[in-house]
Amino acid sequence: MKLPRKNKVKQIVQKHKEEKGTLITLLQDIQSEFGYLPKEVLSHASEELEIPLSKIFAVASFYHSFSLDPQGKNTVSVCTGTACHVKNADNLTQSVSRELGIEAGEGTSADGEFTLKKVRCLGCCSMAPVVKINDDIHGGMTQVKTGNLLQQYRKDNK
Amino acid sequence: MKGKPFTHLEKLEKSGQASLLPERIKISVGFASCGLAAGAQTVLDAFIKGIKKRKMDVQVQKAGCNGMCHQEPLVDVWIPGKVRLTYGKVTHDEVQAILAAIKLDTIPEGALLQTSLDPSADEPCCENVPDSKSHAFYCKQHRVALRNCGIIDPENIDEYVALGGYEGLATALSEKTSMQVINEVKKAGLRGRGGGGFSTGLKWKTCRKARGKQKYIICNADEGDPGAYMDRSILEGDPHAVIEGMLIAGYAVGASQGVIYVRDEYPLAIQRLEIAIEKARENGIIGDSVLKSDFSFDIRISRGAGAFVCGEETALIQSVEGECGEPQQRPPYPAVQGLYGCPTIINNVETLANVPALVKNGAKLFSAVGTETSKGTKVFSLVGKVNNVGLVEVPMGISLREIIFDIGGGIPGDKAFKAVQTGGPSGGCIPESLIDMPVDYDKLAETGSIMGSGGLIVMDEKTCMVDVALYFLRFLEDESCGKCTPCRVGVRRMREILEDICEGRGTIKDLALLEKLAGTIKDSALCGLGRTAPNPVLSTLKYFKDEYLAHIKDKKCPAGVCRELVKYSIDKKACIGCGACLKACPSAAVSGEKKKAHKINLKKCIKCGACSEICPVGAVLT
Repeated sequence: MKLPRKNKVKQIVQKHKEEKGTLITLLQDIQSEFGYLPKEVLSHASEELEIPLSKIFAVASFYHSFSLDPQGKNTVSVCTGTACHVKNADNLTQSVSRELGIEAGEGTSADGEFTLKKVRCLGCCSMAPVVKINDDIHGGMTQVKTGNLLQQYRKDNK
Repeated sequence: MKGKPFTHLEKLEKSGQASLLPERIKISVGFASCGLAAGAQTVLDAFIKGIKKRKMDVQVQKAGCNGMCHQEPLVDVWIPGKVRLTYGKVTHDEVQAILAAIKLDTIPEGALLQTSLDPSADEPCCENVPDSKSHAFYCKQHRVALRNCGIIDPENIDEYVALGGYEGLATALSEKTSMQVINEVKKAGLRGRGGGGFSTGLKWKTCRKARGKQKYIICNADEGDPGAYMDRSILEGDPHAVIEGMLIAGYAVGASQGVIYVRDEYPLAIQRLEIAIEKARENGIIGDSVLKSDFSFDIRISRGAGAFVCGEETALIQSVEGECGEPQQRPPYPAVQGLYGCPTIINNVETLANVPALVKNGAKLFSAVGTETSKGTKVFSLVGKVNNVGLVEVPMGISLREIIFDIGGGIPGDKAFKAVQTGGPSGGCIPESLIDMPVDYDKLAETGSIMGSGGLIVMDEKTCMVDVALYFLRFLEDESCGKCTPCRVGVRRMREILEDICEGRGTIKDLALLEKLAGTIKDSALCGLGRTAPNPVLSTLKYFKDEYLAHIKDKKCPAGVCRELVKYSIDKKACIGCGACLKACPSAAVSGEKKKAHKINLKKCIKCGACSEICPVGAVLT
């Protein structure tokens, strides 16, 4: 592990020890710092806090919001709530996965620009179907509208 | 006002009045997640810029959502001593028109939806614009849990107090013993709004009697049912109502610690709660000696990490403790042995938001609305294929038809109503023949569905009921914690059978097998998630068996949804030859000249539905 990264991990672990947080809050802090849960960071935290790595892995893999793989620069989340489902969110997800070249319907594009996720209800059912790109929620989406929006993000990234 | 706790609130009340009803014009922008998705930030920025440019003396602030989500972005213009005007679908141009009219001292008309009369005003200011008592969307509503949403600035504790906030708590602390509070809640007949419908007063009584050094109040804000978002809206629009509910619960059962378990998917709700907790602490409303009484109570937030099963109370406790959210065997119930082994009350957001109003106004007023067994009101999220999508709070006992057709304005595009899904993945689909019955906990259960947290997903003729059942099974299979076999294996097996049916491999024997599996899972799963998992299948089988048969016998999906069974084509007579589908098709399967009917080449068609989505005249058939 590189030094700056190691220091960051130390800080998080230290904070966690002092505040007596739970394992979930520790993992949330690590993920917000690194964007995902890197294995080496988890190993280090496991040693420092004397929590078996197997237990950390159990919690990390139980909850949907944790990711054990590096994430793309942008995260595209297609809502799969019931209101979105009856308004064809399924077709929308497939269209986004075609657009981004992410075959499995979820995962990260080869160029590392986009991560596609199917997410649980975002609670914006009135705007269904809904797509969230990074922190911004876009309502009333169609396949064409979403395609144009992704093109815009591509352009802005360059 | 009397008593120490009350005098403490007086100062807040005064400054709240000044900010709620200022002497100058006030503009508030609906700033909940749904508003933001519709562009509320742009609208707010435009107001601030426009006011500065025009050098106007106008106050601008954020508010929660008033429930009219189909009209977002929403803007309220408050004219001192006169009216509150509500505008919908406000655009940049509309902002300019509103400001220009205000500057000229006139009422901006444009996208005006309704007016609310200030009690001191004599008569409505605008003809042809309904006031909130006669507006179709509002006239059948009765707002208790949503009383402040869309009206107050959720980040301003003073405004909450100005509308009677923390008065219920002050009443409890200064005038009632803890047992009296519990009896009041019991007498009111308040039942849990999160799904189970268990008596809140009874739960509190059990916990009060239970022995433990420490007791906890947990607010369950893990709103996991897809299609339900009332808890998010309450937390974003009126967080203090929930905090006050927790404080009253804490006083009643003798707890000094509170935890709000919020979904990770609700970042704005978390942010508003953090602000509210801090403000309440600053003002001596939480912490040591609440409102200068002998009662102490503190609250912290615990962020969920994305697991539907954590809405189940024993799984939620596991998650707050930092473990995997696996449900535990009950009894012991959490009210006796819950968080860290201590007696714990777990109440849902909407339940807690009802509590302050109940205690302040008394059980009699609370239970004046509702049915024999279900008292008070219920918030529903009216979504799906309905015109007026939004959050509605109605008295228990109103009919589904009134909610969907009178408040909701019916089905868009002259399509036929097919069913309404209630209760999330544990609920079921209710057909048109049953929507005249009064809605309450027991009546919904009789149909094979449940009240659940209050999601009402309206479905029209283009919704496939077999696909809906498959959707919920996929959801539940993914969310099953895997601890017990009936749920882990049984739900998966049911999903596989439904997939066969939707993809044209189903046989008639599958239906009997589905029912048998459903019975076994219902009887033997460990927790509520598993025991109710077969409901969406059973209710669709009960009311929409013909659709299952069409998939199995005719290999057809009548609604045109199941991909393997549909063929796309263009109605020659209806097609106007605009070329929109040709442009949208990702596989170049559409051909045709401009202004002439287009055609789909089925060999190239990947059945993505892009053509159908974009066609302006509905000429694409499935």
